[in-house]
Amino acid sequence: MYNPRKAYGETLVELGKKYPNLVVLDADLSKSTNTIMFAKKYPERFFEMGIAEANMITTAAGLASCGKIPFVSTFAVFATGRVYDQIRMDLAYSEMNVKIFATHGGISVGKDGASHQMIEDLALMRVLPNMIVLAPSDATQTRKIVELMAETKGPMYARVGRADAPIIYKKEDMKNIKIGKGVIVKDGDDATIIACGTMVDPALEAQKILSKQGVETRVIDMHTIKPLDKKLVLKADEETKAIITIEEHSIIGGLGSAVAETLAEEGCKCKFMRMGIKDVFCESGEPKDLLEKYELNEKYIVKNVKQMLKK
Amino acid sequence: MKKSYDDATINKLNLMAVKIRKHIIEMLYRAKSGHPGGSLSAVDAIVALYFFHMRQNPKKPCDPDRDRFILSKGHAAPALYAVLAESGYFPVSELKRLREINCRLQGHPVCFDIPGVEASTGSLGHGLSFANGVALAGKLDKKDYHVYVMLGDGETDEGQVWEAAAVASHYRLDNLTAMIDRNFLQIDGNTEEVLRLESVRERWSAFGWYVVEVDGHDIKQILDALNETDAHKNQPSMIILNTVKGKGVSFMENNVDFHGVPPNEMEYHLAMKELDLLEKKLEAYT
Repeated sequence: MYNPRKAYGETLVELGKKYPNLVVLDADLSKSTNTIMFAKKYPERFFEMGIAEANMITTAAGLASCGKIPFVSTFAVFATGRVYDQIRMDLAYSEMNVKIFATHGGISVGKDGASHQMIEDLALMRVLPNMIVLAPSDATQTRKIVELMAETKGPMYARVGRADAPIIYKKEDMKNIKIGKGVIVKDGDDATIIACGTMVDPALEAQKILSKQGVETRVIDMHTIKPLDKKLVLKADEETKAIITIEEHSIIGGLGSAVAETLAEEGCKCKFMRMGIKDVFCESGEPKDLLEKYELNEKYIVKNVKQMLKK
Repeated sequence: MKKSYDDATINKLNLMAVKIRKHIIEMLYRAKSGHPGGSLSAVDAIVALYFFHMRQNPKKPCDPDRDRFILSKGHAAPALYAVLAESGYFPVSELKRLREINCRLQGHPVCFDIPGVEASTGSLGHGLSFANGVALAGKLDKKDYHVYVMLGDGETDEGQVWEAAAVASHYRLDNLTAMIDRNFLQIDGNTEEVLRLESVRERWSAFGWYVVEVDGHDIKQILDALNETDAHKNQPSMIILNTVKGKGVSFMENNVDFHGVPPNEMEYHLAMKELDLLEKKLEAYT
């Protein structure tokens, strides 16, 4: 287990050395987002913006206009919906080289409830022209994704959850990680599970359970939601009998929608199903209880895959 | 660095301001849309900056050492476009294509393809935050450029402006000078009736800003204020420009109906006639 937020903070410190133009902004949450690691190492390049996210986003655009590479961090809920106009005008429309790295995405942020559970961010960011949308699945991939964000020009949004996450990848697995390319983590030809972010691990757990029952599933880690790796989706459509998407996000507008759009336009051959939050606001509770209540764990993946193959 | 001027310079700048006003009326009449009132009120300060005060080179629009001007009140785009064209950033002939399809002169400024435009604006309340970012970068890089930003008075209804005001003073951004085009009118009417702004001076002072107040149509006063605020240390500066909405065209002055409505044919000819007369009067002094 390793916390992706911690991996983010550590990677920023490493990148701070490599990129003298990298600057970091936070809105009074640097201890939670872990940007405090960078702040301690490079205090002159860290800007505490206070509890004022709109100003933080636009200030980052101003810094980017002078050749800086700003990383902006706060909780996903404040990093997107609250500052949508600023992201739209100053980052996406203006094509500014600003990287938003949001933490505490999804429902499993803990007991704070719906006000802090961001389940619409991927949809909001995906609809913006020029915006790249990312959701790394473990600490190893988070490190790589943060590196790619720094070295690739343009506005980008990445989100991770709050909790420690199981380690899925070794460092050497990261050689082939590219923005816009999904990863086949396990291969199989009965069904495909396409997952992103926090849901890649339960997808792999479900794969193991299904395999014991004689059902072989392919698990795709779709760390880039936009631009979507359409080729990989269509390959799954060609080679397996069912595709199921899963994300810790609203069922509307995120990974599932992106995959559905691709499949519908190309004339989907296989059965298709989306798993996500079913257009409701969720509630306070233990993360694992919330994921159970809203049917986002390996148990429900197994159930849904089997049901799809039966039909 | 203090920049000194003489009467001939002032007269030249006043003439340029009339020329820019004529461009604005022409552009809006051709486009059949746009914002005359707030473009005309902003002209004199923008002319003072581009044609005298700022360190700028139209041949090197991306020079990292240039002074920057950010038009936060993006609907005054015609004033900015006319000044940029007259400065040599792009051909003056392009002005007549304002708001046309397949033309880069969008209804509100965009930074990515018009040389000289620093920030995309049009959604109000962003400009000061952007200017803060540019000023912070200047401090970080130990560059001596100065950042200027112009806000509309109604625009300061936006909460983001005050977030930015706090940050600029917290980080002691003395390489930043903001200006308020204080013309007392916003779309729904008088600023004090829509949402009271007074006291503007005390508000900005309370946020830790150095505040100077001038007649926003008196280029001499504007240049003096720019010299004064450039030299002021440890605080960001605010110049309150007391202006008249629609300045220069008698029937547009203080007339809220001309906030976002272009002149019709009769109004266009009347306005151009008035501005021609003013131009001749100023030419007589040179």
